[in-house]
Amino acid sequence: MAGLLADKDRIFTNIYGVHDWGLEGARRRGAWNGTADIVKQTPEWICDQIKASGLRGRGGAGFATGLKWTFMPKQESERPHYLLVNADESEPGACKDREILRNEPHLLIEGCLIACKAMRSRQAYIYIRGEYVHERERLRAAIQQAYDAKLIGKDNIHGWDCDVAVTHGGGAYICGDETALMESFEGKKGQPRLKPPFPAGAGIYGCPTTVNNVETISVVGTILRRGADWFAGFGTEKSTGTKLFAASGHVNTPCVVEEAVGISVKQLIEDHFGGVRGGWSNLKAVIPGGISVRMIPAAECEEAVMTYEDLQARGSGLGTGTMIVMDKDADLVKAIARASYFYKHESCGQCTPCREGTGWMWRVMERMVTGEAEMSEIDLLLDVASQVEGHTICGLGDAAAWPIQGLFRHFRHEVEERITNYRARRGVYAGAAVAAE
Amino acid sequence: MSVRRLAAVQPESFAFKPDTLKKARRAMQDFPAGRQQSAVIQILWLVQKQEGWVSEPAIRAVAELLGMPVIRVLEIATFYTMFMLEPVGTHALVQVCGTTPCMLRGAGELIALCQSKLGPRDHRSADGKFYWQEVECMGACSNAPMAAINDYYYEDLTAESLGKLLDDFAGGKTPKPGSAIGRQGSAPAGGQTTLTDPALYDGSAAKKIKIPNLPTPAKKEKA
Repeated sequence: MAGLLADKDRIFTNIYGVHDWGLEGARRRGAWNGTADIVKQTPEWICDQIKASGLRGRGGAGFATGLKWTFMPKQESERPHYLLVNADESEPGACKDREILRNEPHLLIEGCLIACKAMRSRQAYIYIRGEYVHERERLRAAIQQAYDAKLIGKDNIHGWDCDVAVTHGGGAYICGDETALMESFEGKKGQPRLKPPFPAGAGIYGCPTTVNNVETISVVGTILRRGADWFAGFGTEKSTGTKLFAASGHVNTPCVVEEAVGISVKQLIEDHFGGVRGGWSNLKAVIPGGISVRMIPAAECEEAVMTYEDLQARGSGLGTGTMIVMDKDADLVKAIARASYFYKHESCGQCTPCREGTGWMWRVMERMVTGEAEMSEIDLLLDVASQVEGHTICGLGDAAAWPIQGLFRHFRHEVEERITNYRARRGVYAGAAVAAE
Repeated sequence: MSVRRLAAVQPESFAFKPDTLKKARRAMQDFPAGRQQSAVIQILWLVQKQEGWVSEPAIRAVAELLGMPVIRVLEIATFYTMFMLEPVGTHALVQVCGTTPCMLRGAGELIALCQSKLGPRDHRSADGKFYWQEVECMGACSNAPMAAINDYYYEDLTAESLGKLLDDFAGGKTPKPGSAIGRQGSAPAGGQTTLTDPALYDGSAAKKIKIPNLPTPAKKEKA
């Protein structure tokens, strides 16, 4: 058996789209089984079970899901409660929610119903990124199936009236931030809001709202069906359960795969992603959780494990669990410079440190790629990065700073070498010019 | 931030086609009364589907439909990069992902090919059939490098396979989206190594089950 997890313990059994994505196929694989018994329970019971399972938000921040749900008001009032599912998957490296949206849409819809009961909500919205056109069509078709079978909607067979609707974005990474997502949902520019007020107090339309990632909501049904202790039995005390992992970059067979949290980076790459191109010894660095976490060098990849706490201790993070692998042929500086361009492009322009800082950092990074920079600019760049980090409304400023910090933390000598080499070449040209006079 | 402006040359007018209007009204119904504004991105996208791009008269028409100030719709159209603000190619809008994961797997080749075959980026090609641009992460990183052509994803591309796709589009054909090397979704190339247990698919998971940890009739605390 490859990896740690047996097939029988996988939640997403149609992640590759081999089988029927529709209602009938999903039911055969166990979706919507026993949902009525779950929805009959009190919101407190559902929240307690999810808390006991140790499920943490799968969108990157890793906040405890059960706890988040309990922040919602305990009474229904004239202000409706909303569940807003964040399907605005735009993190470079992350491509896991897409597989759920197109191949397992019924697990998501079922999760929406259960989560709505847990937070006393009658309406779930799924905000899907605009570019996922095929995934959106699939999801809408699946929701229609669920309505036709009276699984959701008014007077459904589960006894909790709940509507599910899909809306979409327009290609802005920033809308993956929960408050920007709410702004965009309301038909505005996706510029993040200040917190507080927190969404559970005043979210979309000023009403109590909880924003959850697609994967978080999609696993809820199976966790309750199989028991919180089953889910908590995988991983470590602080990072439990199974999770979708993915790889891109220099591995032999990049793919998306569900594994137990706590699998080692090395085993994940060797067992599921076909190994590093050119063998394990050819590995240079791994960005373990989507581009916005700091990279870890090959030496640390030997013992690193995919948990929130281990990667955090290494100055990185589990993020979305989707790794970017770089081998020794990769130009790390160029890879990070491209990431800096991404952040420059995606900054919403609201906070000055991010709007000006991301562009500035990108321009300096581009010069670092060729070596056309002053040695002192490295420290200046790191200083600016630390000035952007933590000084913006949302996390995009932090996310723009971290890849750069990660690069210089482990590979500063390479950049210095480039600068030295560039100067050496210039020296020759200058000498040639003198000789020609 | 990306700076985006409306095209210098704008059409005289814009009118919703009946089908577009129907879909737009359908989208507005998903939101509570008085909150139709929430549908603005969906409706601008429908407009783009109808016309190929979003023009200034169209922005006015959308504002009128939703009862929004024109400036608010203009903000949306310029903020969100999916909206094309000038006419695009008649046959295909090619969006090559150039962000790091795709870059590491050879997006540079695809970009070079588009440059040589279709001309400069963010412009219509000489024959008017194509318009290509480099875009930021499209969220298909395990199938990198990729390009979205007319909304759908073409994955695991090489310069050669993208060239062939472009020829097909130029000839008026619509090639099947998905992996160019025949991968099943995001499964590993060469076949899946997990989810091979037939018991997952024999219907045994649909048998009636008892939900574990249910409270006993007298409500009890759960750990």
